[in-house]
Amino acid sequence: MSYPASAASAAPIPAGLNRAQLLDLYYWMRLTRSLEERLVSLHRQGKIVGGVFRSLGQEADAVGSAYALDRGKGDILSPLIRNLGSMLVQGATPLEVLRQYMAKARGPTAGRELNIHFNDLGRGFLGQVSHLGDMVPVMAGITLTFKLRKEPRVGMVYVGDGAMSTGAFHEGLNFAAVQRVPLVVICENNGYAYSTPTRLQTAAENLMDRAAGYGIPGVQADGNDVLAVYEVSRAAVEQARAGGGVTLVELLTYRRKGHAEHDNQSYVPAAELEAWARKDPLEAWLRRLTASGWASTEEIAGVDSRVGTELDQAIGLCLDEPFPDAGTALTGVYADPPAGPVEWYRRLPGTGPADRLPT
Amino acid sequence: MPETTYLEAIRDGLREEMERDERVFLLGEDIGNFGGAFKVTEGLQQRFGPDRVIDTPVSETAIVGAAAGAAHMGMRPVCEMQFIDFISCAYSILTNYVATARYRAGLSTPMVVRGPSGGYVRGGPFHSQNPEAAFLHTPGLKIVAPATARDAKGLIKAAIRDDDPVLFFEHKYLYRRVREQLPAGEEIVTPIGRARVARAGRDCSIVTWSAMVWKALEAADRLAAEDGLSVEVLDLRSLLPLDDDAIVATVKRTNRVLVAHEDTRTGGVAGEIVARISELAFEWLDAPVRRVAAHDVPVPYAPTLEDYVLPQTNDLVAACRWLVAY
Repeated sequence: MSYPASAASAAPIPAGLNRAQLLDLYYWMRLTRSLEERLVSLHRQGKIVGGVFRSLGQEADAVGSAYALDRGKGDILSPLIRNLGSMLVQGATPLEVLRQYMAKARGPTAGRELNIHFNDLGRGFLGQVSHLGDMVPVMAGITLTFKLRKEPRVGMVYVGDGAMSTGAFHEGLNFAAVQRVPLVVICENNGYAYSTPTRLQTAAENLMDRAAGYGIPGVQADGNDVLAVYEVSRAAVEQARAGGGVTLVELLTYRRKGHAEHDNQSYVPAAELEAWARKDPLEAWLRRLTASGWASTEEIAGVDSRVGTELDQAIGLCLDEPFPDAGTALTGVYADPPAGPVEWYRRLPGTGPADRLPT
Repeated sequence: MPETTYLEAIRDGLREEMERDERVFLLGEDIGNFGGAFKVTEGLQQRFGPDRVIDTPVSETAIVGAAAGAAHMGMRPVCEMQFIDFISCAYSILTNYVATARYRAGLSTPMVVRGPSGGYVRGGPFHSQNPEAAFLHTPGLKIVAPATARDAKGLIKAAIRDDDPVLFFEHKYLYRRVREQLPAGEEIVTPIGRARVARAGRDCSIVTWSAMVWKALEAADRLAAEDGLSVEVLDLRSLLPLDDDAIVATVKRTNRVLVAHEDTRTGGVAGEIVARISELAFEWLDAPVRRVAAHDVPVPYAPTLEDYVLPQTNDLVAACRWLVAY
């Protein structure tokens, strides 16, 4: 990599990162945003049969926190719906995401699940379910396994201001805290759970304050500042890896789109949206990268071009792929499916090829 | 040779699997040093240590969720619900997360949730439930409910070895009342999904499971002595998957069938079994299929009330007489 002329006068790089990593953070945030923009476009073309969930304005919290994990050490995260960036950092590919959204047979769940609900524990991500809070006890169990096996691995689980109101969140976090498992709980306080503002979710002033009730540290950072997110997450990850147990990290950010593409956010004051648009995390990072002399405009343009090319290629590969065959719907419920006339029960005799009358 | 109680059989099965496979561990409330509310896990923490017999907070969702996460990582967790009534606290995570994991995400979740079910013990509304019907409707789960000490041991071992999540409903009334000789050194593994003919007969069949098997056998004895009838008792042992072949076979042998369970009638498992008989063996029936079940009320506490609400041997005898006379 060739350094720009201004490198000699560049600001010192914080957080123990190097220049390549700073540009890396930009790449993942840009990839997240551009991929979501492509998804919106595909949705409008009718290519995506379900909803599209945006993380506009939250890319820094997703990317910065996931970047604090160490994939080489086998760390595992479990995202929420606005953590496409976390999934990408952890190794999920745009091709997989596109196939999943478009319900393609070759998608990571072969058309069974939606959006970013997919996983690969080998790469270190466990897809969520829609029942908010459930992933906290599940990740408590995964990290309990790390502890029992004395593996130096860390887990990270995402919750939002809404998920923190669930019983599963409480039970899982309490259990994790008691067991001192190596788990980092990232709370993205983005202001809204669907249409419900945070002040109607909890009477607590700060979500991180709730950590005290579990006997664990609670910390807070600007979720729109990718470096701040990285630093606070990295400290929590290192503490967990060192046997220091669970940390609750609250990241203050904002959901700048509706719950999903169908939601026009009529319940959100326009001034609020405008204020947060001025705090766009991607633009902020771009300005800081160049102003600090950490990246040249050529390097930034190179990343933008690379992202565009990667997405063009991924869409080209999968756009015309087929849905899964209907017959695949009945397999894989069990490891050893029970033998029997499964199909017979739903068809009357003589109405279809799958007739299997009892003998 | 000493006899093994139903409760000891479960404990022996747990211990044998923990000795055989280091991935097996237990988690639940008060199961460690205290040995569990019913002492099913007594001595196991002393034997295997606190990392393999883990005392948890009062948090059924955390117990089940953590077990699922550990199971994804290759462990073989066994969760105890202190009373099976409290499995409803974990209903969401069991049905939405655990049961769907393989289908929606290709995740292996080999785990067991076990606990004392059932009434006849003056436990009242929250210590007497039979929750099988609530889970029968959930693809991805397996459900077993042993009646004998041999099957209690054989099914807990099979459940632990199974690659899918298994709900193991043991019956607290049977814990210390049922016993039999189980030779040490004999490897007992009862295959999941296979029923057992507990008593062969010709005149009518009682299809049932768990503690009701013993009432059915009692009824069969009385019907033999008082009416000269030969009653077959089919102990299903597994409810999910159901052993359709064994159900159809008993229908074909006796042509008159009573389906009996301790749980309430409406929406109970008997309804599913009767529907399958109707679809698979209607032509073999000589009488309508009857059900004997609990009345549709919560299980009350007072002996007079509980004994009236839960099905008794007399109810089975009367239903069999009706079937044979039809």
